[in-house]
Amino acid sequence: MSATAQTVADVERLAERYKYGFVTEIESETAPKGLSEDVIRFISAKKDEPEWLLEWRLEAYAKWQRMSEPNWAKLGYPPIDYQDSYYYSAPKLKDAPKSLDEVDPELLQTYEKLGIPLKEQEMLAGVRNVAVDAVFDSVSVATTFKAKLAEAGVIFCSISEAVREYPDLVKKYLGSVVPQDDNFFAALNCAVYTDGSFVYVPKGVKCPMELSTYFRINAENTGQFERTLIIADEGSYVSYLEGCTAPMRDENQLHAAVVELVAHKDAEIKYSTVQNWYPGDENGKGGIYNFVTKRALCQGDRSKVMWTQVETGSAITWKYPSCILQGDDSQGEFYSVAIANNMQQADTGTKMIHMGKRTRSRIISKGISAGRAQNSYRGLVKMLPSADRGRNYTQCDSLLIGNKCGAHTFPYIESQNRSARIEHEATTSKISEDQLFYCRQRGIGEEEAVALVVNGFCREVLQQLPMEFAVEAQKLVGISLEGSVG
Amino acid sequence: MLEISDLRVSVDGKTILNGLNLSVPAGEVHAIMGPNGAGKSTLAYTLAGRDGYEHLGGTAKLLDQNIIGLDPEDRAMLGLFLAFQYPVEIPGVAGMTFLKTALNALRSARGQEELSALDFLKLVRSKLSSLGIDESMLKRPVNVGFSGGEKKRNEVLQMAMLEPKFCVLDETDSGLDIDALKVVADGVNTLRSPERGMLVITHYQRLLDYIKPDRVHVLAAGKIVKSGGPELALQLEAEGYGELLKASAA
Ligand SMILES: Nc1ncnc2c1ncn2[C@@H]1O[C@H](COP(=O)(O)OP(=O)(O)OP(=O)(O)O)[C@@H](O)[C@H]1O
Ligand SMILES: [Mg+2]
Repeated sequence: MSATAQTVADVERLAERYKYGFVTEIESETAPKGLSEDVIRFISAKKDEPEWLLEWRLEAYAKWQRMSEPNWAKLGYPPIDYQDSYYYSAPKLKDAPKSLDEVDPELLQTYEKLGIPLKEQEMLAGVRNVAVDAVFDSVSVATTFKAKLAEAGVIFCSISEAVREYPDLVKKYLGSVVPQDDNFFAALNCAVYTDGSFVYVPKGVKCPMELSTYFRINAENTGQFERTLIIADEGSYVSYLEGCTAPMRDENQLHAAVVELVAHKDAEIKYSTVQNWYPGDENGKGGIYNFVTKRALCQGDRSKVMWTQVETGSAITWKYPSCILQGDDSQGEFYSVAIANNMQQADTGTKMIHMGKRTRSRIISKGISAGRAQNSYRGLVKMLPSADRGRNYTQCDSLLIGNKCGAHTFPYIESQNRSARIEHEATTSKISEDQLFYCRQRGIGEEEAVALVVNGFCREVLQQLPMEFAVEAQKLVGISLEGSVG
Repeated sequence: MLEISDLRVSVDGKTILNGLNLSVPAGEVHAIMGPNGAGKSTLAYTLAGRDGYEHLGGTAKLLDQNIIGLDPEDRAMLGLFLAFQYPVEIPGVAGMTFLKTALNALRSARGQEELSALDFLKLVRSKLSSLGIDESMLKRPVNVGFSGGEKKRNEVLQMAMLEPKFCVLDETDSGLDIDALKVVADGVNTLRSPERGMLVITHYQRLLDYIKPDRVHVLAAGKIVKSGGPELALQLEAEGYGELLKASAA
């Protein structure tokens, strides 16, 4: 298939309802149900981890047991039984695959179905210049383009591999941005995380391609706890994208990831997410519970981190990608589209903690609610006494489709420095009947008209995505709003 | 081609169209004139299927099909196009994207393949240049921050691109300078063909100098009170509606 034909086919596939809702029949190896020190030891042993990491996990587990689930978010769900889930599931492999040819063809087919051509040949022939790490349930199965990245000195591998190959780097940074006991879900992640991606970009290197991870929950009753660690050394640049899908299942599945970013002096990290976990059906049955901790440390002067997220999936989203602006003149940006349809609930936003002088942050949030969904923006802007002339601009727009849904905005502002400036703008509106009528008069069907108008509403955010993914994200906006009108 | 008979429509409980009869055969351009608040835009919106216009009675047929009750997009697919008196702004949606989405929607309804990006661009460029409109207009979000004249040009461009079977233009000439007026007139004249019908709502004889209508109708108080040839427009320009309305009331 030619590159363009492939892209067309990918996009067409995206036009189906929840097209990711299939299950792959694959033999897998699973830890006993429930959570205990033994299960943690099992996971650690399976991954051949060094002693220090096992200790670190057990320490986190002990802390987690003393913590309680946060309840301040505007989310309602029945209590989660943490003993009723599996914490480790891996596709059974004879040996770890040394090259893509050794990866189970079933698995490759799954990823192909998801529109991620894993094979490097295909990648090279395709329009995308993107290296992909694919995480299937608990393990990373393949990372493409390794050689080309190595040439540039960029390390991009699964975090398990990084523990083996670059233990010093992992030891130095793991938990350095999100402490073990930062919150209930982060502590849980520390104890049982199974895999995820690791990126290190050395001094002065501009990463030659987009890096991407694809997360997939396949096995039943399995939580996914991935851990991502990205370090951009002085003067380097990297753009990273994660995408997520899961099969349709009647039970709720738990997903609690931790992502840590470290940007050194003059470094820039662009982190984009397209989150499309299964949202549950129209009546709120099933779907992923997505409790995620994402935080960036802008450690060096003039460092910059940009979070872009398109959140369309999950039954519940609890997520606040944040920036700690420590270096002088460092910058944090947060661009978010959150769509909640049917019975979905989203409580998402960001935290910008200004520490360094002249630090700047920018928050653009677009929330869309439809059906009977509840969508909340929750954001904190904090200027510490040291943040001389710190600046923040926040714009928070909510769009309502229909009259059974809700949009809420919870901005928290704390300024401890009188030279700092904080601006906040917020709007809430209903989708305009006039706009829809205008589109429909031109022959555009109602659902497509909604998709078009909503895409326009989100444009400021969508245009921040890497080009390769912007088209998919636009399609996704339409798909996730299907059935929201009429 | 367009057959309206005894059409009665109310808005917010108030009857606006009150037994309107009108027939526009294929190949003809008819003008509608009439005082402010007479119901001209109401007629246009009713034909296009806007929400909030309650149908009290009568029929409106396009190409022998009753269109009352159809969704707006289905009427568009039958070939109806409305150039809005007040074109709507759609923030964040580039004109190019909007046009392409509309054209492809209509094409797929007609069983035609979607145009490739390249063919689409060629088509747009040829229409732009024949209408003398600058391409930069399509890079901006639809109608956002457009001047009154730019909005109207944009309507004409869309009409030229979508090649509808029947066009309704609601005061597309209002507030235009001479050059823009010519763009509108050219747009109409180029689309004139034996298979196509048009209804041009206007307050000014000026436009009718460029577009020679086959018939002119006067709409007042919700119905057509007088019809005639192009000379009727000249007469109205000279005398106003006063005499005519008095006569029709008598
Ligand atoms: N939503 C509405 N609610 C109440 N009255 C309405 C509404 N829309 C239109 N009308 C009334 O219907 C009548 C006809 O309006 P319409 O816009 O059709 O007039 P028009 O002939 O197009 O006038 P103009 O020449 O000023 O454009 C007016 O009296 C107007 O106030
Ligand atoms: Mg009017």
